[in-house]
Amino acid sequence: MTVVSLTTVAQAAYLVAAVLFILSLAGLSKQETARRGNVLGMVGMGVALVATIVLSLKDSVRSPWVTALLIALVLVVGAVIGTWRARTVEMTQMPELIAMLHSFVGAAAVIIGYNSYLTEKAGGAHLVEVFLGVLIGAVTFTGSIIAFLKLSARIKSNPLTLPGRNLLNLGALVVSFALMGWFVAAPSIWPLAIMTVIALALGLHLVAAIGGGDMPVVVSMLNSYSGWAAAAAGFMLGNDLLIVTGSLVGSSGAILSYLMCKAMNRSFISVILGGFGAEGGKVSAAAVGGEHREVSAAEAAELLSSSRSVIVTPGYGMAVAKAQYPVAELVTRLREKGVTVRFGVHPVAGRLPGHMNVLLAEAKVPYDIVLEMDEINDDFKDTDVVLVIGANDTVNPAALEDPGSPIAGMPVLHVWEAHQVIVFKRSMATGYAGVPNPLFYRENTAMLFGDAKTQVEAILAAL
Amino acid sequence: MLIGIPTESRPGERLVAGTPRTVAGLVKLGYDVVVQAGAGAAASIPDEAYVAAGASVADAEAVWAADVVTAVNTPSDAELAGLRSGQVLVASLAPALHPELVQTLSERGVTALALDAVPRISRAQALDVLSTMSNVAGYRAVIEAAAEYGGMFTGQVTAAGKTAPATVFIIGGGVAGLAAIGAAASLGAQVRAFDVRPEAGEQIESLGATFVQASAAAQQERSATGYAAALTEDQEKATLALYAAETARADIVITTALVRGQAPRTITAEMVAAMRPGSVIVDLAASGGGNCELTVPGERVVTDNGVIILGYTDLTSRMPQHTSQLFGTNVVNLMALLTPAKDGQLVLDLEDPVQRGMTVTRDGEVLWPPPPVQVSAAPAAAPAAVDERTPEQRAAEAAAKKAAASRRSLTLMVTAGAVLAIALAFTDVAFLATFTVFVLAVFVGYYVISNVSHSLHTPLMSQTNAISGIILVGSLLQIGSADTLVTVLAVVSAAIASINVFGGFLVTYRMLGMFRKGA
Repeated sequence: MTVVSLTTVAQAAYLVAAVLFILSLAGLSKQETARRGNVLGMVGMGVALVATIVLSLKDSVRSPWVTALLIALVLVVGAVIGTWRARTVEMTQMPELIAMLHSFVGAAAVIIGYNSYLTEKAGGAHLVEVFLGVLIGAVTFTGSIIAFLKLSARIKSNPLTLPGRNLLNLGALVVSFALMGWFVAAPSIWPLAIMTVIALALGLHLVAAIGGGDMPVVVSMLNSYSGWAAAAAGFMLGNDLLIVTGSLVGSSGAILSYLMCKAMNRSFISVILGGFGAEGGKVSAAAVGGEHREVSAAEAAELLSSSRSVIVTPGYGMAVAKAQYPVAELVTRLREKGVTVRFGVHPVAGRLPGHMNVLLAEAKVPYDIVLEMDEINDDFKDTDVVLVIGANDTVNPAALEDPGSPIAGMPVLHVWEAHQVIVFKRSMATGYAGVPNPLFYRENTAMLFGDAKTQVEAILAAL
Repeated sequence: MLIGIPTESRPGERLVAGTPRTVAGLVKLGYDVVVQAGAGAAASIPDEAYVAAGASVADAEAVWAADVVTAVNTPSDAELAGLRSGQVLVASLAPALHPELVQTLSERGVTALALDAVPRISRAQALDVLSTMSNVAGYRAVIEAAAEYGGMFTGQVTAAGKTAPATVFIIGGGVAGLAAIGAAASLGAQVRAFDVRPEAGEQIESLGATFVQASAAAQQERSATGYAAALTEDQEKATLALYAAETARADIVITTALVRGQAPRTITAEMVAAMRPGSVIVDLAASGGGNCELTVPGERVVTDNGVIILGYTDLTSRMPQHTSQLFGTNVVNLMALLTPAKDGQLVLDLEDPVQRGMTVTRDGEVLWPPPPVQVSAAPAAAPAAVDERTPEQRAAEAAAKKAAASRRSLTLMVTAGAVLAIALAFTDVAFLATFTVFVLAVFVGYYVISNVSHSLHTPLMSQTNAISGIILVGSLLQIGSADTLVTVLAVVSAAIASINVFGGFLVTYRMLGMFRKGA
């Protein structure tokens, strides 16, 4: 005969929360259901928190009032800071915010690991769980901080290439596992603390070695790590909800990383090993060069108003110049004139998976005219004008045509198939990958130099 | 320096080498521009418009005395005689066909640049007047044909019955041919087109025409100059058979075959005789003698069987506004190339293959013909020779490779699974239970997330951020610990995890609110 206790009720609540989280992520798969998915996640979190608070008060060794007060304090702090960040963050800063949130999960996982070690003196399996939890948490923590610093341009986004960096990483892992043996054989705080330091350094170095353009992969990878960190915490605490949620997030991040790698035609390993962009200088066999043509904003306006179909392919440069608002305005004006305008977004445009979509949504571009690369690539040949705004490597024909190119084989937007391409660019400099772009020298390409925002506004004025 | 734009002296010419817009471009490069009074009249450009663009208007003498004279056609002998040493002449000169002209230019001591001798390389395209002229001529050829043809180009189904669309056969897929294909297709005709170069097929089809091919033997390799070369005897025979078949079924035939200014014979009198009465032939190669045997350059001819043959050589002049504009832009692009400092000083750089290629004489020194230029669209390095396997073999090999790869990954997965199962068998039951949950959750996660659309990846990440804030649960359970250190640590971790929860959910909510569907 089982007895209904607070613990079983809490377990039931956790089950409900886990199901709600799964439904929440499933809801996010489509625009129509995304908002419902968001709310389901909030409800799930609410259920889980209420159950946890009740359990925590029941099990509290100290006076439940003190514990309640501390919990209230914690939640108020979190709510105030979290709400403030969520309200004020610029959409261009989303990558930084997300990286920062990842670092929080990592830090929390480290602390929980230590606490779990301090409070429970259990067997070898638990020690391994603690050890792995702290390891993943620490790597996530410092890795995310570096990612945050790089994304917010507080440090340079160039890859840091130490000599023998792969050996360093491998060495750190090997030493960590040796320490794990020590930790399990003779439990003490020392091996755990040494490993923590090593793991923190490993996180630093791992992300420091990866260049700015690989950030979509890094951020999704850290997303994945933060999930595994939560799952590891679940193992330590024997908490199924944490395990389920952590695994959901972990696999979500892993899939995103995989998609990003596929979009760059690079293996996950090569991204992680880092250093890309540094050796971009030793370019391919086919030298790129020739004469580029320039257009003025007024000519571009004339061309746009006399065309029937236009595709805009934005890149990170658009976000940097904050040109999404005038671009949205331009699109609205052209659509009013009866021009078919669509957006073609490359999966790795921006510094975060789906970043461009959010920026365009913020500028009130309807999502049904923002298409993925695979959806729009066949349409370029029937398009009158393509506007390339702040994109470079993602529209580089060398990826398909020059097998010697460093980005050979990367799927790209076939903008050059359109009748006319207008490239908005500051100068003739190469993109992040350091790969020259023969698109700029094509006969049907014209360059519009200058700040993207100013130039788009000039086109708007001329329309 | 001063650039002069004279009135064209050739009878019937309506073009002018500059329009107000291109004059403005020249002024921007630092040049002064003088336009002969009435130069643009035939192209409906009044003198005032030139003045408004920054040019001055003067008489012929002043214009021909300018430092640089730019004209559409080769100047007349009288005009050439007025040139003095040191002047620069920019015009269509056809130096290959007129050695005596080269001689005259050299005697006058001028620097002569032939706009129609631009090498066929990509970056020179912007100054290639042949492309410009061919494009306009191709378009106009269709318009002329449509005017002569007694029917509609597009097929119609009306209450009064239906009419079939016109069949247009176009010979040559160069610039003129492609322009003609585009124009005819957009009028609604059924367009069929032929070119000896197989690689032209793709472009022909991209404009909506059917690419007609002769037998394989008649196909020509890509030529090193970018132009079509003359045909061998075998090729000739096969193509002639094709022409005969195609012209017989066509309502309109447009021929554009010019090999270095010479017009090969493509349509014989016999073929014309086999065409239906009322059919129209437009011979764009009339200036080179004509592709059609019965063409009379510059004339409209009606044959005994009622076929109309247009041999007009002034098609470009019939659209003076746009042709002048495009031609003038070619000139501006050339001057931009010759004026690297944008200071109005012309600098001729003979190291540059484009400039070298068009330079006929420099200060009287004969530089024609130029050394050959390698086309940028280099011939593909014979892929067939490298890979002699048939497509079937290759497909089979690829399939075999794929099967091997999938076999390998299957083996790997089975091994990994077995190792894991054995390892798990040695662990305790409680761990096994949690591990089961873990593995199942990973698979659920995989299938749930795989469906997420690209556009929602950022909200997905912030939502998973919020959800991974569930680690808060762990911290909350530790807050009540007896150990003060543990409590303090737990409070810290709970605080940062709760930032995740609130921040993540709210920012996702905010982002999703921004996505809206179009009207």
